[in-house]
Amino acid sequence: MSEPIVLRTDALRKRFGSLEVARDVSLSLPRGCRHALIGPNGAGKTTLINLITGQLKPDSGTISLEGEDITATPAATRVRRGLTRTFQINTLFPDLTPLEAVTLAVCERQRTAGQFWRGLFAHEEAIDESFAILTQLGLGDVATRTTRTLPYGQQRLLEIALALATRPRVLLLDEPAAGVPKDESAVLFDVISALPQDISVLFIEHDMDIVFRFATRIVVLVAGGVLLEADPETVRTDPRVREVYLGGAGHA
Amino acid sequence: MSDVTANAPFDAQGWLRRQSRWSPLEVVFWLALLLPFFFFPTYLTLASQIAIAALFAISVDLILGYAGIVTLGHAMFFGLGAYAAGLISVYGWGEPLSGLLLAAAFAGLVGFVVSFMIVRVQHLALIMITLGLGLLTYELANSMSWLTGGTDGLRGIRTWPIFNYFRFDLWGYTAYSYSLAALFVCFLVSRRIVNSSFGLALRGVRENVRRMPAIGSDYRGHLQKIYTISAAIAGLAGALMAQTTNVVALDALSFQRSADVVVMLILGGTGRLYGAIVGAAIFLIARDQLSGVNPQYWYFWIGLLLMVVVLVMPKGILGGLSALASRWSGR
Amino acid sequence: MVNQIAIVLFDGFAFGMLLFVLSVGLSVTLGLMNFINLAHGAFGMLGGYIAVLTMRQLGLPFLLALPAAFLGAALVSVVFERTLFRRLYKAGELNQVLFTIGVVFVAAAIATYAFGTVQQVIILPSWLRGSVEVFGLRLGVYRIFLIVVALAVTAVLVFGLERTRLGAQIRAAVDNQRVAQGLGLDVERIFAITFALGSGLAGLGGALAIEIVGLDPAFGFHFLVYVLIVVAVGGLGSIAGSFAGAALLGIGDVAGKYFMPEIGSFLIYLLLVAILFVKPLGLFGKR
Repeated sequence: MSEPIVLRTDALRKRFGSLEVARDVSLSLPRGCRHALIGPNGAGKTTLINLITGQLKPDSGTISLEGEDITATPAATRVRRGLTRTFQINTLFPDLTPLEAVTLAVCERQRTAGQFWRGLFAHEEAIDESFAILTQLGLGDVATRTTRTLPYGQQRLLEIALALATRPRVLLLDEPAAGVPKDESAVLFDVISALPQDISVLFIEHDMDIVFRFATRIVVLVAGGVLLEADPETVRTDPRVREVYLGGAGHA
Repeated sequence: MSDVTANAPFDAQGWLRRQSRWSPLEVVFWLALLLPFFFFPTYLTLASQIAIAALFAISVDLILGYAGIVTLGHAMFFGLGAYAAGLISVYGWGEPLSGLLLAAAFAGLVGFVVSFMIVRVQHLALIMITLGLGLLTYELANSMSWLTGGTDGLRGIRTWPIFNYFRFDLWGYTAYSYSLAALFVCFLVSRRIVNSSFGLALRGVRENVRRMPAIGSDYRGHLQKIYTISAAIAGLAGALMAQTTNVVALDALSFQRSADVVVMLILGGTGRLYGAIVGAAIFLIARDQLSGVNPQYWYFWIGLLLMVVVLVMPKGILGGLSALASRWSGR
Repeated sequence: MVNQIAIVLFDGFAFGMLLFVLSVGLSVTLGLMNFINLAHGAFGMLGGYIAVLTMRQLGLPFLLALPAAFLGAALVSVVFERTLFRRLYKAGELNQVLFTIGVVFVAAAIATYAFGTVQQVIILPSWLRGSVEVFGLRLGVYRIFLIVVALAVTAVLVFGLERTRLGAQIRAAVDNQRVAQGLGLDVERIFAITFALGSGLAGLGGALAIEIVGLDPAFGFHFLVYVLIVVAVGGLGSIAGSFAGAALLGIGDVAGKYFMPEIGSFLIYLLLVAILFVKPLGLFGKR
């Protein structure tokens, strides 16, 4: 617990009309954490990620990254400061190859993507780094296939590869294994747990076996508010959690 | 990490380098564009029209085909370039190359200003703003007849010989050489752009604009940049037309021209520079051959062709051909 | 001078009401399906020619030619929707734009082939001709008729959307298609019906327009720009927005051409660009 806090949200609130999708959400992620965000469908998990990464503007509350207030910072700038997310529904570049897509992300990070006078092949370091990331995630063999032709599981991995190319300090994974068969999702989470130790990870996941296996701490979100934030053992035994989540349709 | 060295190491850099290498087919293509000098000298005027239209179509392809910005008003920049080049000449400076560059710079400057609007809007609003700006410019030129000549067109354009040596002849040898050279140079520039990391970023925007901020991209900056470049190239094409024909009329700015260029591009295939050239050639040659028939029926075929291309060959003629070719080779 | 202004306002409002009938259908279908249908004006043209034909060939009175125009345009449009347009709902805006422009080209060519490029005229019943004096202003009877028809259309639309089952379904589908589908609504059917109604209104508008602006094969193109301005300025899927946008454009257009004929159109386009720049979703747009 002595690790410094990298990301902190303070009393985040968001309403859609009469629906409160975030109620006073205060979270803090220490360096290198592996936190899970769970909660029933419609609890506002994805909304929370959208708020933290800047796809949505909170009605009130603040977000700070390594002590700096980023509440009003544009989404792209947050990414460049090291706050990156992945998407629950594949949000990839269908007609690009993984190599191109990840190289693009690396170039954007290096701020060289706007150089229209230099051939892409001249960005040698970026290409090598991109290929290294793809290899690390087991995508080396398919690096030059068009993304749309990749099997679904590999597209999920590419989601993570794109995020890694931004060199995140905080990585928010929105159901990284959504739609992936159970045996494959374990492989996916092996990849996630093998991420560098200084990256703070918050992931949304419905499969409780996976959550209890990979998370060091669990945040339970219900109806836009934090019901409980505790270690896995406490969450497992908490009666309220059993009632709203485990007792319900949650355990697939 | 260890698998990289275990297998034969894949050469990622080399693969990307090969993606942008010149193919023999391209060399043949450009050599073929020299044929009109020897075999069809009577069609040199048409050939230089095609070269100019192709250049204009390339400028549209850069924003529409590569960056996904749908525009129905790009004739605005074509016309601005044409009027700029024409006016420079009317007011006493007929040197073509500097006129060309000045006109392109002017159109690019306007494009840069407009780009601030373009990147703020999407979907219908984007189409409407491009359309509205196009119509606006047309009306502006129409009402400023003291400068533009209004419906009579701009008169008194004189273009000096290129390098003070090559006169613009009646048969169009100089005009076609000049247009083709400009097309080739701009093509080289555009080719470098689309094969750069910037070109990759544009394809990223086209493929999935939502993902761009999530990989840290200030994609609006990219779009502004390409829009400005595209406007400059469109202006250059317009200037070429003014200099090779010595005429600029309001139709340089018309909606018809904006629509025609998109049709050419779609016919040839968007997102590939050769699509712009092939599309322009097919469109103008077909129109030339069919010019005997009523223009309304010409548009019947164009309309039908558009519908068929969208439904059957969404990637245009070149896209369809390359799909056929890759099926042929058993991929 | 005051009289002149009043007359211009009246004529402009009447013209705006014509534009409203022509464009409200596109606004609703765009809001519903996100389908950019540039052929909307072509359905207006179709309605116009149907009115001309039914009056000339069948000898129908004007008041019956109007519903004929509505029905004919609705019928043809639903055939197009079911066979062709529906394939393009997910195809991206460029393909939609190109395909429907293609339809406009073809429609214009067919109209030229069938009717020539001459302006069509129809003979109005005597009670719609001439003008009446109201508060010392001479107002064209036909323009009053236009306003009445447009207001009636508005009333029917608002009532239909707010009070009927189909209206509730349409509103649900405009708000959120996925949810509507989840609730078991047949969204495809709603699309088709809405599309037919919208195009039918365009057809009605085309028939009503003959007396004001004439009818020729370029109608589809000429009015496309007006219709798009109304929709874009008013905001997608908003009847109130279309009404306001149409009134604004009608008055602006007539006033501009009357008081500043040199730069009238210029001002309209300037207004369009300015409004879209400040409010990209239109004056009443939500999405």
